[in-house]
Amino acid sequence: MSAQTATELSDLLLKQWNRDPANLLQILIALQRDLNHIPNEAIRYLASELSLPQSVVEGVIGFYTFLHRQPRGHYDLLFSDNITDQMQGSRDRAQQLATALNVDLGATSEDLGLSLGYTSCIGMPDQGPAALINGKTLTRLSKERMDQIADLIKQQTPVDQWPEEFFTVEDNIRRRDILLDTVLDKGAALTSYLSQGPDKLLDEIERSGLRGRGGAGFKTALKWRFCREAKGEDPVVVCNADEGEPGTFKDRVLLQSYADRLIEGMTLCAAIIGASQGFIYLRGEYRYLLEPLQQELQKRRDSGLLGSTIQGHASLDFDIEIHLGAGAYICGEESALIESLEGKRGIPRIRPPFPVTQGYLGRPTVVNNVETFIAAAMIADNGADWFRSRGTSESTGTKLLSISGDCARPGIYEYPFGTSIQTILDDCDATNTQAVQVAGPAGMTLPASEFNRVIAFDDVPTGGSFMVFDHSRNMLEAVQNFADFFVHESCGFCTPCRVGTSLLKKRLEKVIAGHATGMDLEKMIEIGHLMKTSSHCGLGTTAANPILDTIEKFPLLYDERLKTTSFEPAFDLNKALDEAREITGRTDPGAYVEGGGV
Amino acid sequence: MSGKVKVATTSLAGCFGCHMSFLDIDERLIALSELVEFDRTPITDIKEVGPCDIGLIEGGVCNAENVEVLKEFRRNCRILVAMGACAINGGIPAMRNSFDLKECLEESYVHGVGVEDPQIPSDTEIPLLLNKVHPIHEVVKIDYFLPGCPPPADTIWTFFEQLLNNQPVEFTYRQIHYD
Ligand SMILES: Cc1cc2nc3c(=O)[nH]c(=O)nc-3n(C[C@H](O)[C@H](O)[C@H](O)COP(=O)(O)O)c2cc1C
Ligand code: SF4
Ligand code: SF4
Repeated sequence: MSAQTATELSDLLLKQWNRDPANLLQILIALQRDLNHIPNEAIRYLASELSLPQSVVEGVIGFYTFLHRQPRGHYDLLFSDNITDQMQGSRDRAQQLATALNVDLGATSEDLGLSLGYTSCIGMPDQGPAALINGKTLTRLSKERMDQIADLIKQQTPVDQWPEEFFTVEDNIRRRDILLDTVLDKGAALTSYLSQGPDKLLDEIERSGLRGRGGAGFKTALKWRFCREAKGEDPVVVCNADEGEPGTFKDRVLLQSYADRLIEGMTLCAAIIGASQGFIYLRGEYRYLLEPLQQELQKRRDSGLLGSTIQGHASLDFDIEIHLGAGAYICGEESALIESLEGKRGIPRIRPPFPVTQGYLGRPTVVNNVETFIAAAMIADNGADWFRSRGTSESTGTKLLSISGDCARPGIYEYPFGTSIQTILDDCDATNTQAVQVAGPAGMTLPASEFNRVIAFDDVPTGGSFMVFDHSRNMLEAVQNFADFFVHESCGFCTPCRVGTSLLKKRLEKVIAGHATGMDLEKMIEIGHLMKTSSHCGLGTTAANPILDTIEKFPLLYDERLKTTSFEPAFDLNKALDEAREITGRTDPGAYVEGGGV
Repeated sequence: MSGKVKVATTSLAGCFGCHMSFLDIDERLIALSELVEFDRTPITDIKEVGPCDIGLIEGGVCNAENVEVLKEFRRNCRILVAMGACAINGGIPAMRNSFDLKECLEESYVHGVGVEDPQIPSDTEIPLLLNKVHPIHEVVKIDYFLPGCPPPADTIWTFFEQLLNNQPVEFTYRQIHYD
């Protein structure tokens, strides 16, 4: 691609995105898509046009996994690498393709124009193994399908001519309760708002007990009230559709099949807090949902439910823009998400100030999860008592769970809060279950002795991920997968998390290789506690959980592999002389050292 | 001599800067020598380490000899101390870790400016290099870590003072932070 074309394209995108530096990330994502990388010419041009230092543009590109300065192949294939994908054979499929096409995993083949690699969970564990090809989602990658794909790439068939069924994403809703079963007529929540007014409606939402569905469980009415009462001008409504927690896919289903309710919920929030601008921050992995969502927005505009004078009321003026993410789990953390919305690196902010007073561009901002907005809209229409008819006193209503792993019926299950793990396992036909990982890698690892515990904010809280492992699985592989995930996703801003995640990964590898001693376990616990108490954001404070949890609840996993010595080196001492021996050809006694500890 | 605390020191993959800093405790060396007796150190030129109370290690582990010496220190020293950034993290020598060993050696001995008769040396007298440079705690158990490049003389002095008086080792902020 010539320099001029990159500049021309940048110019076009600048126009489309109002020459606003806050839209830098969106411009870069579009460039990456069209040019397979972001050329230096474009970097220089964007920097000068947006009056940003070039280093800032480069810094943004460097932060996001899906942005590249070196060209990717015109087939850019990333296999989802969550443990549940691996359990479905993702690694074998990746290897199968690499072998069939004679390319290296993790590299770009110039001949075929193919880049092959892995990426964090892309939210398809109910229909894996899954992958992204040029940002489009491929599901159910069977061996046969992999062969077909190898042929398509050999024949250089463009991706938009690949068979439709490769890209089918099923909802897989297996259990519905009041949220998914109750009909919400278009505009019903807004009608309720117009008849009741903001104060009464906020009281109603408060009485419903609705708490955030994204993980932290903050009271939604309180958040909206804070924002409504905040001093700043021009509040903003943001939907967190980043859904990066490995093993979670309930927002995917809501965005795919309940988008209208989401928009209704966001509009309701806007009416209550007085916002005219809204964003859906859609994870880059859900790129396939972008156009359908845009169509949903347009439909609402066409029916007078979005845009200026909503339902004929001049005071109701609200519209929504979709921003894409670019492969960074940390951007699900609300303050990092806001940074990302502003076109920057997704580094979590120092809080306070909280987003409700100073969020997007310093304006008061409500950030809520997809499911939270939908629940709020349903409460506006059906009332607090309807919502409270399910759940417990502290955890009212229902929760969508994304169930994957070792069970016959993976998919979406809506349960009243207070449902036990065992009931859920029975419903999804999980047998011989060894452990359940609830709330993703940052959550809890539960052994069978704790299957009587219940899904609730005050017992087993969850954003929705529910991964099942039966007795055929080596749980340490799951723990290692989670440890790798956190090393990759740590934003690197603070030392306890940036360094701690890597230290834990290394020690865990030592355990798995059978070289660790009791001292290594002690160190892991010490590092884990340090990360918990001194990290800057929720990623670092929870990243050690899978290790700490399994050391405590599955001690045999570790004990079986420990050496009885008091100390073992971190690496194989003698093997570390391999290269030098090869280079010099030496075989004398001095060319070897004894392994083991002292 | 009996009753004195025995101390040994050595420099592995280091620059001797940490040892220089140790000497920078200046006249306090006299006070220290009242309390301790030096075993193997560059100061005494004793070549083999014997049973000691305290061992101070400067530098990381970059070759086979470093591994042997470090293990020998661990076998003989009751308390082993990582002194300085190189011992703790690998430091400057570990900058080679982003390259292959072969690349490093070729850069020096084959492609280097002014090299005559280019060849990578191979002699049983020369310790073989490890693939990577490692911090010493990856090879043996370490009891104390003295950060700094080098740790200031005052920090080293405070360390000895407290340790020899059986006090918990504690530093003021400035003694171990350099921001
Ligand atoms: C590392 C990290 C990742 C997160 N990822 C998400 C996410 O993908 N989706 C989400 O809704 N909340 C996520 N959160 C929680 C958000 O910070 C925030 O609490 C939430 O969006 C608020 O919405 P709610 O009150 O409706 O749950 C994450 C938090 C952390 C610390
Ligand atoms: S805890 Fe981790 S993710 Fe959070 S700010 Fe620190 S380095 Fe970044
Ligand atoms: S820490 Fe600094 S002074 Fe000490 S050996 Fe390393 S480079 Fe030299």
